[in-house]
Amino acid sequence: MIKSRSKDAIWRALRPVIAASVGLLVGVAFTAMAGEQPWNVLRVILKGAFGSTYDLGLTLFYTTPIILTGLAVALPIKAGLFNIGAEGQLNMGALAVAAVGILCPQVPQPWNILLAGTAGFAAGAFWGSIPGWLKAYRGSHEVITTIMLNFIAAGLTGWAVLALLPSLDSQNPESARIAPSYLLQHFSWFGDAPVTWALPMAVAAAIVVWVLFRFTIPGFKLTATGLSPEAAQVSGISVRFQQWLALTLGGGLAGLVGVAEVMGNSGRFRIGFSPDYGFIGIPVALLARAHPLGLVFSALLFGALQKGTAELDLETTYVTRDLAAMIQAMVVLAVSAEGGLTLWRRHRLAAKSMQPTRVKD
Amino acid sequence: MRGVAKAFGACVANRDVTIRVERGTVHAVVGENGAGKSTCMKMLYGLYRPDCGEILIHGKARAWRSPRDAIAAGLGMVHQHFMLAGPYTGLDNIILGDEPSQGFWRWLPAAWRPIDRSQARRRLQELMAAYHLQVDLDVPVETLPVGVQQRLEILKLLYRGVDILILDEPTAVLTPQEVDEFFTNLCRLKDQGKTIIVITHKLGEVLRYADDVTVLRRGATVAERPVAGMTAPELAELMVGRVVHLQVAPPPSPKLGAEQLRLAKVTMGQRGEKPKLADLSLVVRSGEIVGIAGIEGNGQSDLLRLLLDPGRYLHRASLGQRITAKGEINVLGRDVSSFRAKALRALGLGVVPEDRCQQGLLLSQSLWTNFLLGVQRMPRFGRFGFIRRRQVTSALAAAIKAFDVRPADQQQIASGLSGGNQQKLIIAREFIGDPRLFICAQPTRGVDVGSIEFIHQRILDARAGGTAVLLISSALEEVMALADRILVFYDGKIVQEFRRGEADEAKIGHFMGGGSRGDD
Repeated sequence: MIKSRSKDAIWRALRPVIAASVGLLVGVAFTAMAGEQPWNVLRVILKGAFGSTYDLGLTLFYTTPIILTGLAVALPIKAGLFNIGAEGQLNMGALAVAAVGILCPQVPQPWNILLAGTAGFAAGAFWGSIPGWLKAYRGSHEVITTIMLNFIAAGLTGWAVLALLPSLDSQNPESARIAPSYLLQHFSWFGDAPVTWALPMAVAAAIVVWVLFRFTIPGFKLTATGLSPEAAQVSGISVRFQQWLALTLGGGLAGLVGVAEVMGNSGRFRIGFSPDYGFIGIPVALLARAHPLGLVFSALLFGALQKGTAELDLETTYVTRDLAAMIQAMVVLAVSAEGGLTLWRRHRLAAKSMQPTRVKD
Repeated sequence: MRGVAKAFGACVANRDVTIRVERGTVHAVVGENGAGKSTCMKMLYGLYRPDCGEILIHGKARAWRSPRDAIAAGLGMVHQHFMLAGPYTGLDNIILGDEPSQGFWRWLPAAWRPIDRSQARRRLQELMAAYHLQVDLDVPVETLPVGVQQRLEILKLLYRGVDILILDEPTAVLTPQEVDEFFTNLCRLKDQGKTIIVITHKLGEVLRYADDVTVLRRGATVAERPVAGMTAPELAELMVGRVVHLQVAPPPSPKLGAEQLRLAKVTMGQRGEKPKLADLSLVVRSGEIVGIAGIEGNGQSDLLRLLLDPGRYLHRASLGQRITAKGEINVLGRDVSSFRAKALRALGLGVVPEDRCQQGLLLSQSLWTNFLLGVQRMPRFGRFGFIRRRQVTSALAAAIKAFDVRPADQQQIASGLSGGNQQKLIIAREFIGDPRLFICAQPTRGVDVGSIEFIHQRILDARAGGTAVLLISSALEEVMALADRILVFYDGKIVQEFRRGEADEAKIGHFMGGGSRGDD
């Protein structure tokens, strides 16, 4: 029995890996139709993602926000909610970080980082708390409200950046620069790639979320709410509060993307800086089955895809950016279909246990 | 069925089961929860395959891959939870999966042929007349009472030409009147030459209608005999392997203590509708068990809902709350009118909810996780917000031992436990922290005889320890065996109160049925 349990655990960990690989291979196979050598395409992707320390650095740079948005989706999933609003939450978070960086240049070294990080978390959390409240106390479906709030956040941050924090030294749609004391140092061993302390922070956030669910009572309450709201309610857990809390915390985690982007990369709020990090977080969380640590690896996969497929445009003749997007889409599809793989295995096991038995007369 | 065995992993559900059923008889299969009744029937019905042994029908060995094969061989099953599509009409439910069509369309693939309902209707009307099973075929199934739904299930099998009917806990969901009708139908089916296998653990019923009985215990057949001349204690003894006191001998009432629960003039309901609870007042004191008897649906569930979350209904704190209540509720000496579930449970009371699968357990989780549910607020299981895992593990180990939860594996998934063991786990959990008020609803519903006795003993122990117990149960014998005072619910009101031993079953039943004081 113990043996079968550990076998199950291995299978559970292996399953998403298989799914992602299949998706990648199928996606790459499509490039053959465009007249490319699939193996060459695969090589370019891998080389683009991991070929040099600089490439690896950029992959990690993409991975950082994806870990955070993945967590922003995964945490509410544990409580039975689906947060599609990470995109809006990260915009709000980035706006708050930029605002602090621009408006409070005098704050001394370690505290300013903490202040900006807190502001980013708080702004994201606030944005998440709105659908949280609507869900818990008014019964509005969180998928609808979080999607809607994405658009509101996009409009709001755009206006705020141009009207309240305008950039005086450029014509681009972006805010003024944040004070230099807020800029995070790049790690030296990735060349010019903007890998900063934001990456360890994102990983630490994943570990904190893992600890929360694995070892703590507040985490248990969230889990219980997700598994059976009715049973949780009867056992004295306030389901409404837990639902509100889950979306609020999720929003806060997405808000931390602002730290990575504004303080770790551009030094300002660039309108439309996010290549849909908030939405990439969804397959990332699903691929990891909302496991906070597994999520770090699935985020790395999507970060590598983001970086690797970007190279295809330049390195191959026929593969365009769109085809690159398709390869990513195949991975997402394969991950979604992964449930089917589980089903297939169960069927096979069932078939095995249903082997005809010899009937004596 | 002879010498059949089935094992699921390390868990052997059936070791050696032999059941011999005569044609044209009603055969009862009885056993405790977890004795292997359901597994055995699922093998018979083709849902599982036996690991060894054989199934003989009319003397011939048969083996099938799926229930479809079983039905083709003339063997069908009515599950405990009906397999009906709620919004469809009775007629559509019956033909579902086997839709008739006119010969003209035969050239089309089966799935594309237009359905010929009139043909099915004609056959069904013949069947209904032959077996006196009247069902309205044209209304959505979900609007039919459960008794009628059951008739529909039986009709479905007859329509498919089934000769051997397996009924799993057929009376679990029926009202007493429906039960009587069901028995009449059963006899009629038997007279028409059908063979019926009934899985049950209601001993009274077995004695009432079965011709033969097979007793299973721990996955093996322990007895096979005709029912005539058997008595209930005899049968119960066969089931659990020892003498059972179906009637718990209650110790004399200890001296009553303080009021732990008081309801004063509580009314609950939806505006503009007949109230679900009307002007209800009751008191439960330390050291007594107050039982609420009544046919289900007379306000017991509503009372329970109100007691678990009084603030939701009394305080109208929540917007859009349609059902409201007024009145006064005191728990453990405090006015809890404004308390939500969380604050209420923090006072320290034990609750066994009505529906253990939905409200009591996280079915997909381990015993360990389920044990933690609800006790997570207690200081001994947490430190600075962290779960003290070792404390939980040792407390659970003690609870498993004290309440004899089987299997005693903390990592076992709760849905894999039998009903009795699930309930024992919940009760063990709710007794952690020695609550002064214990509200328990349907504590032994779907629980085997051995566990019933055990659970009853625990409730009596709690009373002896000075706990106030409110017992809500639709099993009258249970209320009569345990309660010091019996409140009879009818239509949201307490229509009569009895002290222990003051009234017999007939008298209480009279009030449960809505009878008044004058005409008994």
